[in-house]
Amino acid sequence: MLHEPTPSFSAAFAPALLDPARTTPGIVTGPHGKAAGKRYDVYRNNVTVSLIDALAAIYPAVQRITGPDFFRAMARFYVRSTPPTSPLLFEYGRGFPGFIAEYQHAQTMPWLADVARIERAWLDAYHARDAAPLAPAELAAVEPERLADLVFTPHPATQIVRSDFAAVTIFAANRDGAPGGRIDASAPEDALITRPEFDVIVRHLPPGGAVFATCLIQGRPLGEATTAALEASAEFDIPTNIAGLIEAGAFMSIDFGDAR
Amino acid sequence: MTTAIAPGASALPLRYSNPIGGIAGTSFKPEHLPAILSADPQRSFFEVHAENYMGAGGPPHRALEAIRRDHPLSLHGVCMSIGGPQPLDKAHLARFRGLVARYQPSIVSEHLAWSTHETSFFNDLLPLPYTETTLRHVCDHVDQMQEAIRRPILLENPSTYLAFAETTMSETDFIRSVAARTGCGLLLDINNVFVSATNHGFSALDYLSDFPLARVGEIHLAGHAEQVDDEGDLLLIDSHDRPVADAVWKLYEIVIERCGGVPTLVEWDGKIPDWPVLQAEAAAAQEILDRYGPAAWAGERHAA
Repeated sequence: MLHEPTPSFSAAFAPALLDPARTTPGIVTGPHGKAAGKRYDVYRNNVTVSLIDALAAIYPAVQRITGPDFFRAMARFYVRSTPPTSPLLFEYGRGFPGFIAEYQHAQTMPWLADVARIERAWLDAYHARDAAPLAPAELAAVEPERLADLVFTPHPATQIVRSDFAAVTIFAANRDGAPGGRIDASAPEDALITRPEFDVIVRHLPPGGAVFATCLIQGRPLGEATTAALEASAEFDIPTNIAGLIEAGAFMSIDFGDAR
Repeated sequence: MTTAIAPGASALPLRYSNPIGGIAGTSFKPEHLPAILSADPQRSFFEVHAENYMGAGGPPHRALEAIRRDHPLSLHGVCMSIGGPQPLDKAHLARFRGLVARYQPSIVSEHLAWSTHETSFFNDLLPLPYTETTLRHVCDHVDQMQEAIRRPILLENPSTYLAFAETTMSETDFIRSVAARTGCGLLLDINNVFVSATNHGFSALDYLSDFPLARVGEIHLAGHAEQVDDEGDLLLIDSHDRPVADAVWKLYEIVIERCGGVPTLVEWDGKIPDWPVLQAEAAAAQEILDRYGPAAWAGERHAA
């Protein structure tokens, strides 16, 4: 298929859409010689507002925390610097948590970026491939002496987000409107995000749980994961953590490393 | 021309078509799902934006499966960027084909517009000049999409706010040529005609008289908002966030009187109302459809 190498109308039309410093492209016009400034601005507005709206839909808890005016101003900077590269808007905004972490006016809310990371993981879990979670009976059937070699395949929706702040509690309070008292934002919290069937769940992992789950998600055997978790936290409790992950539906299947 | 699609991606035939006839339908909005499922299946159809169902799994597919069980479906692409000069995104074509195979829609449509330039996706239906060059690109892209999904699409006329100095042909001539060269059908958005006519100072009736109505396989109706242009004159915005305007209903009746029962969709994408409000808009369209008798279906009109 031949496509002209000469500059196209879209190359002239596109750059000013997200750049208010640029003037209206010279190739456009109103009818009967009328001006096209406000007419072009309709497209500028459609593009900018629809992308800010897309971020607001992906990050509702962040918006609730900051308020809409703060959120939309912050999102406008992001949209202009980082427009989507896919027509699937539910894939948009992967760089937004990192942008928030650097955003000057958000420095008083150091946990905000981690709340955004949980929200991004939430949406990925929402759209993840459907798969039946591991049945607890399968794990119960494994002979005890082989448990250390057991390897877990994560559910497609499963993700871990670690935070130096109380990101899980803050997320929950601002996402579902769950009433709560004052939150100690400085208490570190790690999140498990997955979707065993219909509904996405976000769980606060116990001490060592994030290291443990991350090792298992990476395909490291249960014995190694346990050692790593105990190194991370002396409080780590194996039965509680395994039962919690299985009950949440974090895994799809089990096998033995040597079977791979 | 080939597209990057694995053979055997689906065992289902892609030529499945279930003509809808003179039925009115609505946009499907997930917030309406409980209300829709709590009633008996209606004589209606639903239209979805294809891109919203391109995730791997989860609740969106469950909702669409529930809707599709009892109703015909129209799959409306919003992001193919058919009107742009650059080649179509092969991964997006493959995703689109997968959706067609999975949900067997009665109607598949896309826009005469573009939304991607280089790697940036602008999430808006952007306008194009009408020239021999752009006509060639659009025809190539419609061909490519129809080959990917192995069935004809309907191409929708745009609403626009400005024009291009380089344009050399009318929108209706452009659209007629695309349909003639590619064999595609047309989705006539009557609100878009009214919005563009107002914004560009032409007669909506003249546009409709010149439009190849015989190729129309679906009609869109929607509400629009009002702004002003640089000279302070009325500029209509295709907002899809309110009821269909009276003037658009009048144009619709004129079109139905001339071409009989055509599947008609009431679009509503912003400030979504309760289900009965949207249902009432579809019922108003159905009343007009019923007044002008039984439907011919698209295939017969194409052959005419």
